[in-house]
Amino acid sequence: MNNGITTPSAQQLNDGKAVAATNKKRGITTDRLLSVLFILPSIILIAIFVYGFIGWTGYVSLSNWNSLVPDLSFAGLKNYVFLFQDFRFQADLRNTLFFTLLFIAIVLILGLLIAVLLDQHIRAESLFRNIFFFPMALSFVVTGVVWQWLFNPSTGVNLFLKKFGLEPMWYTSVTVIPGVEWGKIQFGIPVAILAVVIAAVWQMTGFSVAMYLAGLRGISDELREAARIDGASEFQVYTKIIFPLLMPVTVSVIIIMAHISLKIFDLIYAMTGPGANFVTDVPGVYMFETTFRGNYYANGAAIAIIMLLSVAIFIVPYLISSRKREAS
Amino acid sequence: MTARAFTRPLLYLILTGLSLFFLMPVYVLLVTSLKPLDQVTLAQMWDLPKTIDFSSYGEAFTKLAPHFVNTLYLVVPATLLSALLGSLNGYVLSKWRFKGSDWVFTGLLFGMFIPYQSILIPLIQFLRDINLYNSIPGLILVHVVYGIPITTLMFRNFYASIPKEMIESAQIDGAGIFKIYQHIMIPLSITGFVVVGIWQFTNIWNEFLFAVTITTSEQQPIMVALQNLSGSQIVEWNVQMAGALLAALPTLLVYMFLGKFFVRGLLAGSVKG
Repeated sequence: MNNGITTPSAQQLNDGKAVAATNKKRGITTDRLLSVLFILPSIILIAIFVYGFIGWTGYVSLSNWNSLVPDLSFAGLKNYVFLFQDFRFQADLRNTLFFTLLFIAIVLILGLLIAVLLDQHIRAESLFRNIFFFPMALSFVVTGVVWQWLFNPSTGVNLFLKKFGLEPMWYTSVTVIPGVEWGKIQFGIPVAILAVVIAAVWQMTGFSVAMYLAGLRGISDELREAARIDGASEFQVYTKIIFPLLMPVTVSVIIIMAHISLKIFDLIYAMTGPGANFVTDVPGVYMFETTFRGNYYANGAAIAIIMLLSVAIFIVPYLISSRKREAS
Repeated sequence: MTARAFTRPLLYLILTGLSLFFLMPVYVLLVTSLKPLDQVTLAQMWDLPKTIDFSSYGEAFTKLAPHFVNTLYLVVPATLLSALLGSLNGYVLSKWRFKGSDWVFTGLLFGMFIPYQSILIPLIQFLRDINLYNSIPGLILVHVVYGIPITTLMFRNFYASIPKEMIESAQIDGAGIFKIYQHIMIPLSITGFVVVGIWQFTNIWNEFLFAVTITTSEQQPIMVALQNLSGSQIVEWNVQMAGALLAALPTLLVYMFLGKFFVRGLLAGSVKG
C-alpha cells in the first residue's frame, strides 16, 4: 500500500472478480432499463393512438354530436338504435355479410387450386406466380378504377357475354336474390355486390396462393411418397394428407381476409360508391360519408365502433391463441 | 419423383385461362390509355388502338404530378422512420424480453387489425390541435404510428433467427444494449430492412382512407388525386386509365424488381409469432 510496487493478493483478485461481477450486473440492469426505454415511446404512442382514441370514439358514439358543432352531451345508445333501424345501415350489414362470405370462399378455393397447380413442378412457374401476385402490389383505388371500366354494363366484359345472350347489369343492378323482406330491406345477395367481389378476388387471391404455396412447400416429399406407397391415389394424397395439414394456413387466410373485408372502404368507394338503393354500400363507406360529408359525427363513431367489434370478435381470440401457442 | 395429379395439357390450360383473367385488366388499361378520346367508345373497348396516342399520359401526368411529389415526400420519411422504430421494438421484444413483454407485443399487434375508422374522429381532432391537419408531416406521423404493429412484428420474427449466443458473447466482451444493436443486429438485418421497407413503401403509397380524410386539395397524395380524376363531369376513360397506370407504376416497379422481398413481407406479416 505504501510502497510503490504491489503484487495483488488473492484477496484483491477476488475483490476484483467481485467488482467485475457487480459491474457486469450493473451493466445488465442499466441495459434492462434502456431496453424498456427503447420500446416505451411505441407503447405510449399505441396506447394513445389506438386504445385511447378507440375509447374516445366510443365516447363520441354515445353523444349527441350530430352536427358541425361538437356536442358531447350523453345520448345513451340513441345512435346505435338509430343505425339498426336505418335502411342504409341494414343494407350495409347485409352487403358486408355476403361480400365477406363470397370473397373469402372464392379466395380460399381459387388460391388453393392455383397453389396446387403451381406445385406440380411446372415450367415457367415464376412467370405464372408473378401473374397471380402482382395485383397485390396495387392500390385498391387503382383496382376500383379499372374494374369500374371493365364492369360498365354497356361495355367491358359484357361485349363478350352478349355473344352468349348474357347481359348482366353488374354493379348497376338493384336486384337482391332472393330478396325476402327483413327489417326495412330485402334480404339476400345483391347482384351488384358480385362485381365488387370479383374485383376484390382479383386483387387478393395472390395472397392465399402465396400462403398455400408456402404451406405446400413445407410438406415433405417423403410424407407424400409414404402415402403413395400405402396405396393412396393422387387424389387421396391431397384430400387425406395435404389438405388437413394446410388447415392452419386456411385459418390464417380466413382471419386476414375477414378483417380486410369487414373494414373495406377504398375499393368500393373508388369502384361503385354506395350504389342505387345502397346495394354496394358497406359500413366503411357509410361511416366516411356520414361523418366527413354529413357531419353526423356521433352516428359515424357508432358505425366505427360496430366495425371494430365485428373485427375484434375473431381477431382477439386469434391473437390470444397464437400468443399461447408461442409460449408453449 | 413425384407423381402428377393432373395431366399436363389440362394443367397448363387451366393456368393459362386463369392467367388471362388476371391479365385482362392490364390489357384493357393499356389499350384504353393509348387511345385518343374519340376512339374510347364503349363498343371499341377491347380493340387495339388504331393509332398510338400518348396524349392521355400527358394529361394525366399534368394532373397527378404535384400529388405524385406529395406522395414521395410522404412515403420516404414515413417508411424510414417506421422501419427504424419497428427494428428497435423487434430487437427489444426478441432479445431483451421482460416480464409481460409478450403481452405488450400482443397489445401492439392488435393495432394492425383495427378498422381505422374507429380512431379517425379523435385523430383528426388531435392533428388539428397540434397543427398538423392537412399536411404531409401529419400524414407521416399517422403512418409511422399505425405502422408500429406491422413493422415490430416483422422485425421481431426476423430477429428471432439470430442466435442468443451471439448476443451473450458480445455481452461478455463488454458490449451494451446499444453497441449490440449497432454492431450486430443492424448489419444482420439488411434483408429485414429491405422487406419491411418495401412493405411499408407499398402500403403507404397505396393508402387511401387517411389520405382522403386528413388532407385536402393541394396536399393530397396520389391515390386521392386518382380517385378525383373520375369525379370530373365527363369521364375521360383514357386519361383515367393512364392515371391509374402512372399512380401504380412505383409499386409495380418495386414488385417487378424486388418481388421476392415483397412476398416475404406478405408472408411475414401474416404468420403470427
